[in-house]
This record gives sequence, structure tokens and C-alpha cells, in this order.
Amino acid sequence: MTNVINFIVAAVLSGTPLLFATTGEILTQRSGNLNLGVEGMMWLGAFAGFYTAYKTENPVLAVLAAFGLAAFGALIYAFLTVTMKANQNVTGLTLTTFGIGLSLVMGYAMIDSAGGAPKVSSELRASLAPADIPFLSDIPYVGKLLFQYNPLVYLGIAVAALSAVYLYRTRTGLNVRAVGENPSSADAAGINVTAAKYINILIGGGICGIGGAYMSLVTANGSWQPAGIVNGNGWIAVALVIFVSWNPAKAILGSFIFGAFNSLTNYIPASVVEIPKAFYQMLPFVLTTVVLIITSIRKSRENSQPAGCGINYFREER
Amino acid sequence: MADEIFAIELKGITKTFGSVVANDNIHLTVKHGEILALLGENGSGKTTLMNMLSGIYHPDGGSITVRGNEVFINSPKDAFALGIGMIHQHFKLVDVLSASENIVMGTRAQKRQGKAALSAEITEISRKFGLQIDPGKKIYNMSVSEKQTVEILKVLYRGADILILDEPTAVLTPQETEKLFSILRRMKAEGCAVIIITHKLNEVLAISDRVTILRKGKSVGTVATVETDAKKLTELMVGRPVELLIDRPDTSKAPSLLEVVHLTVKNEEGYDALRDVAFDLAGGEILGVAGVAGSGQKELCEAIAGLAKIEKGAILFNKESIAGKTPAEIIKSGISMSFIPEDRLGMGLVASMDITHNMLLKSYKTGKPFILDRKPARALAEHLVKRLAINTPDIGTPVRQLSGGNVQKVLLGREIESNPSLLITAYPVRGLDINSSYTIYDLLNEQKRKGVGILFIGEDLDVLLELCDRIMVLCHGEVTGIVEAKKATKEQIGLMMAGERQRGEVGNSA
Amino acid sequence: MPEHTITTKNAAREQAVRIVKRKELNTWKAVLLRAAAFVLALAAGGIFILMMGSNPLEAYAIIVKGAFVGSVRNPLSSIQATVIIAVPLLIVSLGLAFAFKMKFWNIGAEGQMIAGAIFASYFALRHSGMPHVLLLLTMFAAGAAGGGLWGLIPALFKVRFGTNETLFTLMLNYIALYFIKYLESGPWQGTKGFASIAQFDLNARLPNIGGVHAGWIVALMLVVLTYLYLNHSKHGYEISVVGESQATARYAGMNVRRIILRTMFISGAVCGIAGMIQVSGIDYTLSMGITGGVGFKGITVAWLAQLNPFVIAGITGIFSILEKGSGVLQSELGINAAMTGVLEGIILFFFLGCEFFIRYSFVFRKRRAKSS
Repeated sequence: MTNVINFIVAAVLSGTPLLFATTGEILTQRSGNLNLGVEGMMWLGAFAGFYTAYKTENPVLAVLAAFGLAAFGALIYAFLTVTMKANQNVTGLTLTTFGIGLSLVMGYAMIDSAGGAPKVSSELRASLAPADIPFLSDIPYVGKLLFQYNPLVYLGIAVAALSAVYLYRTRTGLNVRAVGENPSSADAAGINVTAAKYINILIGGGICGIGGAYMSLVTANGSWQPAGIVNGNGWIAVALVIFVSWNPAKAILGSFIFGAFNSLTNYIPASVVEIPKAFYQMLPFVLTTVVLIITSIRKSRENSQPAGCGINYFREER
Repeated sequence: MADEIFAIELKGITKTFGSVVANDNIHLTVKHGEILALLGENGSGKTTLMNMLSGIYHPDGGSITVRGNEVFINSPKDAFALGIGMIHQHFKLVDVLSASENIVMGTRAQKRQGKAALSAEITEISRKFGLQIDPGKKIYNMSVSEKQTVEILKVLYRGADILILDEPTAVLTPQETEKLFSILRRMKAEGCAVIIITHKLNEVLAISDRVTILRKGKSVGTVATVETDAKKLTELMVGRPVELLIDRPDTSKAPSLLEVVHLTVKNEEGYDALRDVAFDLAGGEILGVAGVAGSGQKELCEAIAGLAKIEKGAILFNKESIAGKTPAEIIKSGISMSFIPEDRLGMGLVASMDITHNMLLKSYKTGKPFILDRKPARALAEHLVKRLAINTPDIGTPVRQLSGGNVQKVLLGREIESNPSLLITAYPVRGLDINSSYTIYDLLNEQKRKGVGILFIGEDLDVLLELCDRIMVLCHGEVTGIVEAKKATKEQIGLMMAGERQRGEVGNSA
Repeated sequence: MPEHTITTKNAAREQAVRIVKRKELNTWKAVLLRAAAFVLALAAGGIFILMMGSNPLEAYAIIVKGAFVGSVRNPLSSIQATVIIAVPLLIVSLGLAFAFKMKFWNIGAEGQMIAGAIFASYFALRHSGMPHVLLLLTMFAAGAAGGGLWGLIPALFKVRFGTNETLFTLMLNYIALYFIKYLESGPWQGTKGFASIAQFDLNARLPNIGGVHAGWIVALMLVVLTYLYLNHSKHGYEISVVGESQATARYAGMNVRRIILRTMFISGAVCGIAGMIQVSGIDYTLSMGITGGVGFKGITVAWLAQLNPFVIAGITGIFSILEKGSGVLQSELGINAAMTGVLEGIILFFFLGCEFFIRYSFVFRKRRAKSS
């Protein structure tokens, strides 16, 4: 029983950065823009979050900074694809290159000036430590399962849930979905397509950035180890978006399932089944591919990528 | 009020696309409680003009006045704020959303308006104007006329009292058209200003109070409907007294070239687009096909050309079955068939390629293996440019930069040069000016004299009646009759288009 | 009359700036525009270098010097290193040009390169006893086959079910990548206890020609072959037509499915060749770092070059100089080599932005107000 709970907790912890990134990318794609710069934006968030935490020792400012720098990266993407009509795939990939490069260069500069691997203060790490809510956290099993996570986990769930409400329960969300499916129709209905895209790309990018900050502050335990902070999680998030069929509510469970694949190896004893570790890491991508194929075979329009994704909109196109 | 305040007044509107002047100094007015018909041939700039009212395009010059105030309509949102709503010819709907979602999207949400309240509100508006709709139904499950109803409701829901309808009847049956007209009359009675874009004279006369006529991007006049008739309108529209007088050469009877029996074809959605269609076509004959748009014309052409899957039935070319063969197999079996599709730049030609490379489309497989030989295509391109007087800077210009008439000359020229014995043409003069149209008729007649069998899908009944030998009428994918063009009348064909069956069909041997 | 509030507020003013389509720029002006974008990008990059506390002109000089000027013992060493960086990027970009010409969004060059490397490695590891030339040719063919088959999978689903190829090819990258991981600690493990594959036998390594492995000759040949195939073969013509309009292709009697499958096989095969060259020319083993990200970088190179093989070669050159030269920045100016990512990103951003001005232009409110 304890083992199972430990496993679930581990899955949630490693799934949370994915949850942020996936939610961010869903918001982006729902407005009709495939942004392949998730990995880059997470790196930007990882650096900005870490640097701010390191300098100010304020976790809230750190999260805001992560959001801000990643949103700045998303702004470059939005300007190029929405206003300048540049190819979305190429722009997104470039954002990844740029974001990783920028974070690494700044990160190394930070190491140089610190004279070694910088580490955030123990106070700050304490503020991101597992929660200790009076009474609730102490309930046997349930307490550990539900009420002993670090605050960012709850923030991630809240962000995803709010995004789902926004997309499916508000008029603005309806407008965004219309833009993502068919910008020309949305425009004719009086929706400001450009604004909808900019807002969603920026907010989406910022949320990806928080995911990055989670990796540098929580996963890496608050020390800057430039080698592999984000470690491909941005790409897993792109896969997750497909896996949860562009729905932030499903992303909550989906992220934890994908997180579970990461921790699975440590919890399935080799004596039960011996599966090479590589296959656990491959599994998310295989599953996503299967989902992608099934939705295309079933021609399920609701569970497919928003139809306007990848195509830039120009009103006077004839 | 001393001066009458117009719902809309356009003064000197000009709009250019690159080097093409789509609208040139256009004037137009419409009052509340009035239906204005905007009449003009295809390509005369009607849609462009209205797109400026709805905020899709932006005028290069001129002014727009709404209820006496000069305005700048920067987006459809601005247009709605001014009470202007447009129902586009190609519906602007989001397929995966429901009717009610499509209707309310882009509007400000009223406080705590649940799904039920919304449905009730939509139903209420529907009832007021005599419309019927299921608010929860997804657009991709809807028929064309249902989609149009959603479009109309979308505009009404936004409180628009200036309505623009772009070719709303093109896809409707006569009954549906009549229903639409009664809705429009109701809107007029409610005080709305209505602009209806059309090129169908009978509809203009039936529904409008005044008519503004556009010709080649210019407004050539506005007349009160009661003071005019079809002949006068046509004159204004085409700019000279209409003497269609299309040549119809008599050719000697040739044996049957193409026989189609029991042909059934399903469309992409899996419905029967053609049901049990049967006809024959002789060499040296032009067989016209009439029908409301979307009655199965596209599927008929594509089935014969080997592009559509055949469900049932047979297609015999010189007594040899070609049903189920791909275009490549048809070419291989030595059958010389040419198909001028409706979508010239999207199917018959490659828009971004030049004339030479478009010639290659038909011939690239010939010659040396593997290596692409451009020489013969270049020679053919030069030959065609000279022979058909194609107006182009050079043969290296992408065909999308040519005018509609020149594009059609490139396509038809290429096909004719392959010496076909069967020529299928779908709306070959659509979007062409009168002169280009006559060039096309002449080219078709020239082929007819050579003994080519021609299937002519048309939309203008006058043209069909003058050009063709026989006319086959399609309605909802079924043949409602085949008539001798010389003896038939427009009214008779109109009725058949609406589904009335012709008694005593005229066969080729008759 | 239906009631509604008329808010002319929005529509009282013309918007400040809007976008219009313009007549497409001629080639000469377009080249000038791109040159201007490049200069601006260098300036923007310079500002960043300045912010990092270094002299941008000095930094650029170091980069160029670092890419060309070698050591005293081997004056060609730097150029050779630059070429080594260029080879896989060039080949992958060429491979992608096939797919992109057909408007097939192959984001899977990474995976196709890996699949090629895996297939080639099989022969290097298990059949190293073959005669040298025969072994290399077999590895070459295996690399092409591996990459081609990996490219064929998404194409099959695309033609059969319309499965989104952008997302599918992206997923296949990671499936291939983790397959290497499996091989490393599984069937191809070199030394017990270490997750890595053994070094290739000398017999399975590409010979050096002019101080660089023979891959550069393959790459240059592929530039010419790609050009000829795309521009002077019937297949190339078919690819262009399918890319522009599948309806037209069908109308012209082309077998669209076969063309898509064939072209994606070729696209993947060329990327697979890059994988084979990388394992047998540089790494002499198969590892997860095999691609170095060129599968993604190649997408930007091919797109930037507008799929022209010769321009692809030029842009590959620029990027390789940047990458090789940036490596020297650390020792000379204390700027980390990751700077190459920043500079590359900035250059690409400017290029992507400048394409806009070839087809569109901005119109400001004032100008029209005067004219009307």
C-alpha cells in the first residue's frame, strides 16, 4: 500500500511540469498555432525562475519571472507567425534553439559570477517543500496521497482546471476555439482573431515557463545544473497535447500518467517483469502515436488537432 | 427629415488587388424597409464591394456612410456594431461547433445565460422570421439549407438590420428559394435594409425594390424594379443589347460515342450524389447539363473522367467500359478524353506554375524515361499563346496571375491540343467576360464540327438553349429529363430543375 | 425595426496600421531584403554580446577565425572541423527538401537519421568481417533503407487515414531515440555495466579524404543529385504537382499515394544516409547523441533556402561556421558555446520576419488619409 502511494506521489511530482507545459501548449494550439518551441520556453522559464529565486529568494516572484520570460519567447513566436505570417513549424523550432541557447548562456554567466554551481537558499526551498496542512496532511494514506505536495503541484492543477473552464464554459473560450478551427469564420463572426491568438500564445507560453521553473526549482532541487534541466520534457508535452485530445481537464490525469512512466521503473521489481528502462521512456510516445492513429481512423473531428493549426490567417486572402 | 437618411450610402468606393481593379468608383444606396438587388456578371465586383461593408476588405478609396454617419469599417466586428451583417456565399461556419455556438460566437455573453436560455432565445428569433433550426446540431451534420439558416440567424442574433446576402440561392432548390424570399420579405416588413447579390434576373425581378447594376467593377446604374424588365437589366449588365446568338452548327449524325447506364455515385459524405443516371452522347453533338448547383454535376464529370468512385452502373466509351478506371488507365487504354473541370486553378491547372509547366501536366509522361523534357511543352505553350491570343507577359508567368479568361484559354487550349474525341466541360464560361465567353463557345463548336462529343455543364439556361443540341436536366442527382434544345423553353427546364419529370424523353436516336 | 445599440465608436476611426498584399518582390530585391535581414540579425546579436560584456566585433571576428584558422601543426584543422559539422546538416536538409517540396511536413528527420544509423550499425557491429568496401556499401544501403522505412511509416498512415504527419513524424523521433537507449543497455551493450555500444571495427569506418571523412563527398554529390531529381526528373515534377494540389495531380493521372510513399521513402533515406555517415565517419559507435539536433536544424535550413539545394549548401555553411566558431568563444571571451543557439535563433528570427515583406506590406493610416 505504501509502495503504491509512493508511486502515485512520484508520478504526480514528475508529471507536474508536464501538466504546466501541456496546458500552455493546449491554449496555444486551441487558438490555431502549433508552437514547437515548448522546450525552449520551458528553458527560459527554468532560467528566469531560478535566477529570480536565487536573487530575490521570493518564490512568487520566481514563478512570475518564469512566466514573463517564457511569455516573451512566445511573443517573438506570436509576432512572427501571427503578424508576419512566418511558417509556424520553423518559427517554433527556432524558438526552441533560441530559448535553450539563451538560458544556457545566461546560466553559465551566472555560474561564473557565483564561482560555482549556484543554489537557491534553503528558505526558498522550504517554501517549495511538500505542504503540511494541519489535519488534512495527517490523514492516513489520503493525506500523503492528496495533501502533501509542494504548492506548485496545486497551482498546476488549478491552472489546468481554470483553462478547461475558460475554453469550454466561457464565451471567450468559445471564440478561441472558433479561431483555432476556422479563423476566417471566426473573423466574419466579429471575433478579433489576432488578439485571440496573441493572448493565447502569450499566456500559453508563460504557463510553459512555469513548468520550466518547476524543473529548476523542484525537480533539480534548487541548484542550477545546466546539463539537462528541462531534459526533453517540452517535447513530451507536445505529445501529451495529442494524448489528451487538446483538453486541459484531461491533461491533469494525462500528465500524471506520463509522469508515472518516468517513475515506473523504480516501482516495478525486476523480478516481476523485466522490461528495459528505455521502453518506459518510449512508452509515452508510442501511446501518443497510437492515439493519433486511432483518432485519424475514426475521423473524430472533436478529438483532432484544431483544424486551423499550422495555417496562418490573412483576412484579405483571395 | 428633409434629406432622406439612407441605411447605407457608398460613395466612390475603389478597391484594387495587385494590378486588378475590382471596384472602381462605385456608388450605391439602400434604405430601411427596402430590398436592393446587386446585379452583375461573375467577376463584376459584387462580392468585393459587399466584403468592404462587412469589414473583410478595406477600401482603397471612397467613403461609407451608415445612417448618415461616415464610418470606417475595419473588421466584421465594426460591421456588426453598425448593424450590418453579411451572409457569405461560402458559409463562414465552424464545422465542429453546434448551431447555437456558431450563432453566439463573437458576441458578448449575457450574464448567466445558460444553454437552455440561449436555445430559447434562438428559437424565439427563428419563429419571428419563420426559420427552423435545431440549436444543438453540429454544423458538419447539416444540409446546405440548414447551414444557410444558421448564417441568417447568426446575423439576426447580432441585431443586424442591414443584411447582405451573397448569392444565397445558388445552392437552393426553387422551393427553398421561395422560402428564403418570404423570409426576406418579412425582414423588409420589419424595417430591415436588405442587399441581395445575384446574377439571376428572375430573382431580381421577384424580390427586389431597386436594382444596382455592376459591370466590370463599375456601377452602371440603379433602377426601380417596377420600371424595368429582364431585357433592360441584361443590357445594363452586359453593356450592349443582348444578342446571345450563339452559333449552333448542324453536324451529321455520328454513332453514339458515350453511353452511361444506371450510374450511381456517392459523394464524400456517403450520400448518393448521382442516382441511376442514364444518357448517351454522340460524336459531333453538344449535350448540355442543366441543374441547380450541387445536383450531381461535379460527380458526373468526375465519374466519367475516372476521378470519382462508381457505386453502380456502367460507362461505355465506344462500347468499351471505362467505369472504375483511373485517369492513368483511361489514358493508357488509348481513349482520348479531355476534362475541363469547374475548379480550373485547383484541379485543371497548377496555379503557381507557368504555362509551360501546366502543358506538361498532360504530356510529362511521354518521351525519355525518367528525365523531364520541357522542350515540347514550351513549344506548345508558345503556340497556344499565339493561337488563342492569351494575354500574358510571357510563358514563364504563373497562371494564377492571369485573368480568368486567359486561364480558361490555357486549360481549354491544352486539352483541345490533345485531340480528344470526348470533351467534358464544367461551367467553362464561369467568371469570364462576354467576349472571352464567345471565344470559348467558338472553340467548342469548332470541336463539335470535328466530330468531338461534348458534355457541357452550364448554369445559364439561355446559353444552354442556344449552344447545345440536347439538354439533360439533373435534380438531386437524378435525371429529370432530356430535351431537344431547339424545342425546349426556359420555363420547362426550370420546372425540371425543380424536380418535375419530363414526359416523353428525347433520346439521341429520336 | 429591430432594436440594437449602434456604437459607431469603434468604426469612427480607421485603424492605425493594416496589412495588405503587394505585388511580389522581384528576385533582386528579395535577395537585398534577405541580406539586410542578415545584417540586422548580426547587429541584434551584437547587442546581446555587448550586454554579456564583450565586444561584438571582436566576438564575430573570433567566430570566423575559429571556423577557418587552424592550429600551427595543422592549419586546416578548423576548416576540417567546420566541414565535419556541415556534412550531416547538409545531407539532412537535402533529405527534407524532398518532403517539403511535396508539402509533407516531415519533422521526423531526427528519427529517420537514427533509424539509418541503427541499420548501418547492425552491419558494423555484426558483420565487420566483410570486405571493407563491401561493408561500407552495405552500411550505406542499410542506412538509406532504415531511414527510408522510418519515413515510410507516417506516409502510409497519411495516405491511408489522413493521419497528421507533423505530429506523427515528431513522435517517431523519440521512439527511435529510445530504441538506441534500449540497444545500449540491451542487445548491443559493449561492456557489461556500461550503457554504451562498442566502438566500430576499423573496417567499418569511413576513410578520410582530404583530412575529413568521405562523407563530405557524398554530401556534395547529394546536392547535385537532389537538384537534378527535383528539377529535371519526371518524379520531381510529380512531387511539385502533388505539393501544389493533389486534385490536380489526380486529374493529370498521377498516382498520388504512390508518389507520397515514394517521396517520403527518399526523404527518409537521405536522412538515413546522414545517420550512417555520422556513425561510421565521426562517432565510430551508435549513441543517443548521434544527431546533435541536426534533424530539427535541417528543417529551418531547408525552409530558409526555399528548398533550393545549392542555397541549402550555402546556409549550411553559414550555420556550421557559426557553430564551429562559437566553440572558441569560451576560451577567448569566456562566453559559453551555447551562444551559437542564441545567434542562430536571432538570425532565423530575422529571416523569418523578412519573408513577410516579400509578399505583404504595412499601410499606415496617415498615408491613405492624404491620398483620399
